[in-house]
Amino acid sequence: MALIEAKNVCLGYDGHDVVTNLNFHVDRGDYLCVVGENGSGKSTLIKALLGLKKCSSGHLHFLEGLKQNQIGYLPQQTAAQKDFPASVYEVVLTGNAGKKKFFGFYSKNDKRKALDNMSILGISELKNKCYRNLSGGQQQRVLLARALCATESLLLLDEPVTGLDPVATEDMYDLLYHLNRDHGITIIMVSHDIRAALRYSTRMLHLRGSQLYFGKTCDYLSSEAGRIFMGGEDNA
Amino acid sequence: MLDTLVLMFSQPFMQRAVFGGIVISVCAALLGVSLVLKRYSMIGDGLSHVGFGAVVVASALNFAPLAVAIPVVVIAAFLLLRLGESSEIKGDAAVALVSTGALAIGVVASSLTTGMNQDFNSYMFGTILGLSKSDVIVSLAVSIPVLILFILFYNRIFAVTFDESFAKAVGVKAGVYNALVAVLTSLVIVLGMRLMGALLISSLVIFPSLTSMRVCKTFRSVVITSGIVSAVCFLFGICASVLYDLPTGASIVISNIVAFVIFWIVGKIKNS
Repeated sequence: MALIEAKNVCLGYDGHDVVTNLNFHVDRGDYLCVVGENGSGKSTLIKALLGLKKCSSGHLHFLEGLKQNQIGYLPQQTAAQKDFPASVYEVVLTGNAGKKKFFGFYSKNDKRKALDNMSILGISELKNKCYRNLSGGQQQRVLLARALCATESLLLLDEPVTGLDPVATEDMYDLLYHLNRDHGITIIMVSHDIRAALRYSTRMLHLRGSQLYFGKTCDYLSSEAGRIFMGGEDNA
Repeated sequence: MLDTLVLMFSQPFMQRAVFGGIVISVCAALLGVSLVLKRYSMIGDGLSHVGFGAVVVASALNFAPLAVAIPVVVIAAFLLLRLGESSEIKGDAAVALVSTGALAIGVVASSLTTGMNQDFNSYMFGTILGLSKSDVIVSLAVSIPVLILFILFYNRIFAVTFDESFAKAVGVKAGVYNALVAVLTSLVIVLGMRLMGALLISSLVIFPSLTSMRVCKTFRSVVITSGIVSAVCFLFGICASVLYDLPTGASIVISNIVAFVIFWIVGKIKNS
C-alpha cells in the first residue's frame, strides 16, 4: 500500500516549472533516496511533500490517515541554530508543536514521547545539555528525535549529513538504517551522497528538471541515469 | 544615601516611573530573546527611529502622537520582517535605510515647526520621570496583554524561533507567530520610547537577552533571567540617576552594560 503516490506532478514558481512529470510512490517501510544536483528540484519536492507548496499540475496523493503535518521533517540546520541557547529536551519537545491543543502547551503524552524518542536515539543522557555545546552529530540526533515526535511512520530528511565529519556521517547513516529496519520507519532522504544512497536505500529517485530514474536501488546502476551519473563521477 | 532613596521613592512621580518602567523593561526583554536569536537585533533600533519620526510628524500636524506612532511602527515592523526575507534588500541594509530615513524625516519635521525643543529632546532621550497617570495606565494596558500572550504562546514562539522551517512543516502557522512578535515589539517600542527615548529603547530589547545568554543553557532560563535582569538593571539605573543626577535612560543602559560584563565573566569562568 503506497503511503505517498505522485502522478504526473509538476512543481514550480510563478508559472515556471522547476520539475515536471514526477511519477513515483513511497510504500510503507521504504527507504527512498532522492538524488540530483543543485537546482534539480529536490527542495521544491520537499516543500510539496510537506504541504507547503501546491502542485502546478498532477496529483500528490497521501494515504488516508497520513496527514502532511505528520511527516517527521529534518531540515538543514541554519547558522542561527548552531549557537542557540536551548536544552536538548526543549528542542525535542517542539516536535509536538504542530498538534492541536490548548495554546500549544505540551501534554504528558507529548513529554513521554519526547523522552522515548530520545532514548531510541541514545541521547537520553544529554537531556539537560545545551544544544549549542553538542557536536554536529549529536545535534542531528536531537533534531531526528524531534522529527520522530512529529510522526508515527515517515521521516523526510534534507541532506542529513551536511557538515558532519566522516565518523559522524557513518554514524548517522547507521542510525537511519536502524530506524528503517528495526522500527519500521519509512524514510525519504534527499541527498548529494550517491554512494551512501546506493548502499542504504531500497529505492532511488533521480531528478534533473524531470525524473531521470525511479525504481529499485539495485537496478539503478544498470539504468541509463545510473551509468551517466557514475560515469561522470569516475571522470571527476 | 539610603535616606535620599527612600525620600525619592515616596514621591508619586518616582513610583510611576518605577512601575511603568519595570513592566515595559520586562516586556522588551522577553520579546528581545526571540528577536536576538532570529538575528533581528537591529529591528528594535530601526523601529524606535520610525517611532520617533512618526511622533514628531504627528505633533507637527497636531495629531495625538501615540495614535499615529503605533500604527506606523506596526507597519514598519511588518515591512522590515518581510524585507529581511526577500533578497532584494538584505535585512540589515533594510533596517539601516528605514531607521536613518525616519530619523531624518523626524528631524526635518521638527525643525520646520517648533525647532529642536523640549519635545524633541524628550522623545530622543525619554521622560521617565515625567510620566503621567495615564501614561502608566497605557503602559499597563499594553504590557499585561504582551506578557499574557507571550506566556500562552511560549511553546509556539520557541518552536518558530528555533526552527521556522520545521515549525511550518508540522503545521504551526509560523507567519502568525512572527506577526504576533512584530506587533508586540512595535507596541513595546513605541511605549518604551517615552521612557528611554528613541536612542536607547533598543538596548532594552537587546541587552537583557544577550546578558542572560552568557550564562543560561536553556531557553526557559534565558527568558526568565532576561526579564529579571531587565527589571533589576532598570532599578539600578534609575537609582543611580537620582543619586548622582545622571540622565535616566543612559544610566539604565550603563547598568545593563555592567550586568552584561558580569554575566560574561561568570559564563567564561563556568565554561573553563
